[in-house]
Amino acid sequence: MPHISIKAEKIFELLGVGVTNSMIASFIVFLLTVFIVLYYKHQSTLNRKGNFYYLIKFFVKSIYDLFYSVLGDKTSVFFPLLFAFFFYILLENWFGLLPGVGSLLIKVKEGHEEVFVPLLRGNNADLNTTLALAIISVFSIQFFSIKYLGIKKYLHKFFNFSDPIMFFVGILDILSEFSKILSFAFRLFGNIFAGEVLLIIVAFLVPVLASFPFIALEIFVGFVQALVFSMLTAVFLSNAVVEHH
Amino acid sequence: MKLLSVAIAIAVGAIGPALGIGMIGSKAVEALGRNPEAESAIRTTMILALAFAEAVAIYALVIALILKFA
Repeated sequence: MPHISIKAEKIFELLGVGVTNSMIASFIVFLLTVFIVLYYKHQSTLNRKGNFYYLIKFFVKSIYDLFYSVLGDKTSVFFPLLFAFFFYILLENWFGLLPGVGSLLIKVKEGHEEVFVPLLRGNNADLNTTLALAIISVFSIQFFSIKYLGIKKYLHKFFNFSDPIMFFVGILDILSEFSKILSFAFRLFGNIFAGEVLLIIVAFLVPVLASFPFIALEIFVGFVQALVFSMLTAVFLSNAVVEHH
Repeated sequence: MKLLSVAIAIAVGAIGPALGIGMIGSKAVEALGRNPEAESAIRTTMILALAFAEAVAIYALVIALILKFA
């Protein structure tokens, strides 16, 4: 039975903090993201731009048009945050599909015994990452809401003393903000972790060719989950910065 | 016994979202048939509603995975 665990396994210790295999993978993806972004910026200053520049520009423009239909005129304010979410989550999802991620094992002392654990693991298959992304998303929604509405109207949204029903609706609004954090975290974690488990089980059952349609499905699911995360953040942002009623 | 609970968790938990996603898809196609010009708005709203409905199935799947592997 192959090695599947919900927690990411600790590989080594660094200054007293355990470094897990998903943190190593996220470090690699972070370096890749920074490299792509800086290379794009460097190519935008040249006179004769390469093909890479036009490819990334086409990609960014399509996503910008998608967000423009949701956000309208405020797209240019929120677009850096939203595209950062989209690009980072997309690369993290697809990184878990590369050969070698999850299959190269390393011997690690866990407690008193020595077990073999994977050296790299897709970062979104770890609940810590998705919870962190969800908290960043919901807190930035609150931040932009305070910035656009002012603190009095923002508090008035949640603590509404005009009549008892509106007061109850305000309390429910607070609860719904917390449930957004959980929902973002579990949606991303569940999709990517379940995909990883599916790939491991299918490769275990039929070792030869059956993994191919499942890897194609995982590529698609990775793209859709990144899109859904940033699109939901955009929709909640567009609701939070206008006054309703 | 644990395996039985894992199976029931994911089996029953996927009935509701499956019905919901089918209904969302059918209403979206019907709206598209009535008003083919609003295709982009309908498609965006459908993907959004699909994400919410599918998330419930993913919650059930996460519970099943936690039961099985921890």
